[in-house]
Amino acid sequence: MGILVDKNTKVIVQGITGNEGSFHTKLMLDYGTKVVAGVTPGKGGMKVHNVPVYDTVSEAVKEHPDANTSIIFVPAKFAADAVYESVDAGLKLVVVITEHIPVHDSLEFINYAKSKGVNVIGPNCPGAITPGESKVGIMPANVFMPGPVGIASRSGTLTYEVSYALTRAGIGQSTVVGIGGDPVIGLTFTEVMEYYEKDNQTKALIIVGEIGGDAEERAAKMVEEKGFTKPVIAFIAGRTAPEGKRMGHAGAIIMLGSGTYKDKVEKLESAGIKVAKTPFELPKLVSDALKGK
Amino acid sequence: MKLFEFEAKEIIKNYGFEIPQSILIKKGDDIEKKIRESKMEPPFAVKAQVLVAGRGKSGGIKIVKTVEDAVKTAQTLFETPIKGIKPSFILIEKAIPHDKELYVGIVIDRSLRKPVVLASKFGGVDIEEIARNNPESIIRYPIDTFIGLRNYEARIIGKSIGVTGKALGSFEKFLTTLYKAFIEYDAELAESNPLAYLQDKVIPLDLRITIDDNSLFRHEDYAKTEEERLGENTEYEIKAHELDLAFVELDGDIGVLGNGAGLTMTTMDLIYEYGGKPANFLDMGGGAEAEHVKTCVKFLLDYPKAKKIFINMFGGITRADEVAKGVVMALNESSNKKPIVIRLTGTNEEQGKEILKQAGIEAFNDPIEAVKVVVGK
Repeated sequence: MGILVDKNTKVIVQGITGNEGSFHTKLMLDYGTKVVAGVTPGKGGMKVHNVPVYDTVSEAVKEHPDANTSIIFVPAKFAADAVYESVDAGLKLVVVITEHIPVHDSLEFINYAKSKGVNVIGPNCPGAITPGESKVGIMPANVFMPGPVGIASRSGTLTYEVSYALTRAGIGQSTVVGIGGDPVIGLTFTEVMEYYEKDNQTKALIIVGEIGGDAEERAAKMVEEKGFTKPVIAFIAGRTAPEGKRMGHAGAIIMLGSGTYKDKVEKLESAGIKVAKTPFELPKLVSDALKGK
Repeated sequence: MKLFEFEAKEIIKNYGFEIPQSILIKKGDDIEKKIRESKMEPPFAVKAQVLVAGRGKSGGIKIVKTVEDAVKTAQTLFETPIKGIKPSFILIEKAIPHDKELYVGIVIDRSLRKPVVLASKFGGVDIEEIARNNPESIIRYPIDTFIGLRNYEARIIGKSIGVTGKALGSFEKFLTTLYKAFIEYDAELAESNPLAYLQDKVIPLDLRITIDDNSLFRHEDYAKTEEERLGENTEYEIKAHELDLAFVELDGDIGVLGNGAGLTMTTMDLIYEYGGKPANFLDMGGGAEAEHVKTCVKFLLDYPKAKKIFINMFGGITRADEVAKGVVMALNESSNKKPIVIRLTGTNEEQGKEILKQAGIEAFNDPIEAVKVVVGK
């Protein structure tokens, strides 16, 4: 159970021979993720941690027809091409770890993937994990445990921090999705929420947002207008961030007066979503929510 | 990367759109000679080339009626800081008499995942101000990335902000040209404000293009000039930029270092929540090694606004022992001494804590406890 990735997820790693690609392939395999193939142009025939490497994604898919997901570690310059390649090879989920991809590239490959019915997670994200089943990403595995709480987050480290706080409090997670810190990303809060809504394992949802953009506001609007049957709790990073400055993430910037902390909290609260002041309040709030308080 | 007005105008001109005649003055140029050679006739607009917002309001643009005044004004502008920045270039441009000023901009709409044209008949003031005073006047027109901006769409947008007659054709040409620049230069923003609306044409009086930093590998000519454009940054932000650090200066007195943008921002928020004030944002990034951590800590030791330092580190990809090593190296190499509070947890936590202990630092597990200590509560 859980969403987007599970025990049936069969992964192709694009950029598997690079430092990051090879390192995280090992960690994903250790976790039990089914990594069936890797791709690096010109390195076909090699093996990385016993995973066969191909020159192209279509060759990899031909040899491993059960592959359904790609994870991309390719450098920013070549990342867009890697996304098109996996979409055209028929994979249904593409997780883009790569940071610093030009936003015009992201616009185009995300729209293209969408037109082909393919989900993109990221760019500039840690990936997704369904604890105990599959990890398609770069998150440290030991901070998660299986359970009832979904987490969707724009920030990497903060995701780990929140998951760890829950795990220590004995509250496990259904699926944790790092949706990415870029201005333009594939799945946004509203889209992953539709998956969480349908998932039987998920009993409550945590949204970890940050300043900039309007993804949190749109999530609030969705809850208000369409309703959401599970309790939602949010935390927003950047309450003290100044306007017009990029706070590390390309997407974390208050521009033209929009995307402020205050706006986000107001919209979330008026939709009935509790907003934690610090991430460390989340275990208590979510445990209350699970008990129906 | 923000382009200077003259650079943005050059792009539009090269695409074949007519812009006002102008000359670019560098410091030390013989201004009078340059104006005479250009055969431009007054009146002129004399414009400081700076990247900060609100240039007009800060006195960076003057209209003059004679060549002599243009020379004097340009000389004065070179010596006049605008929001702390003295210009390196002045643009002297033929002034265009006009009655109406429009606003036209193209940005990326994050949730639609499309470029969107913003237009208003109330140009000449910031879009923020238009949004406050005349929100209903702002037209938002999303563009399909696969098809691009069609000419007829440009005409629809022009009509919707009151452009008619012969000027509509000129507006159509301007907007399609601006869109071309937006796409080809990987822009986050391409904007003309004001766009002068004359009887028979439109003329961009000001023009701004911001290139997405992540795309600079496709725009190498501009990438080379990055150092010239640090104008909007403070002294320490420029130093941080040279060291390749993700640093933003703030007004408080507690230096902040975290791993990951979200966690670092949250650390700032926590300090604030417990009554302190962060002096900065500094993200060591994911997977930082000791050498990089050392650079970050030394930077904060040298940064005068930070009276104490708070390091909040959650080990995932980043290893606690690497962070601890970097901290100890920085402390050994720097002559500046400041109180340091460290929260260290996650991957290789035990080794990290041991390294710090030997250097006489007790690291915290609980971020809240650590924050309370650093803010003095």
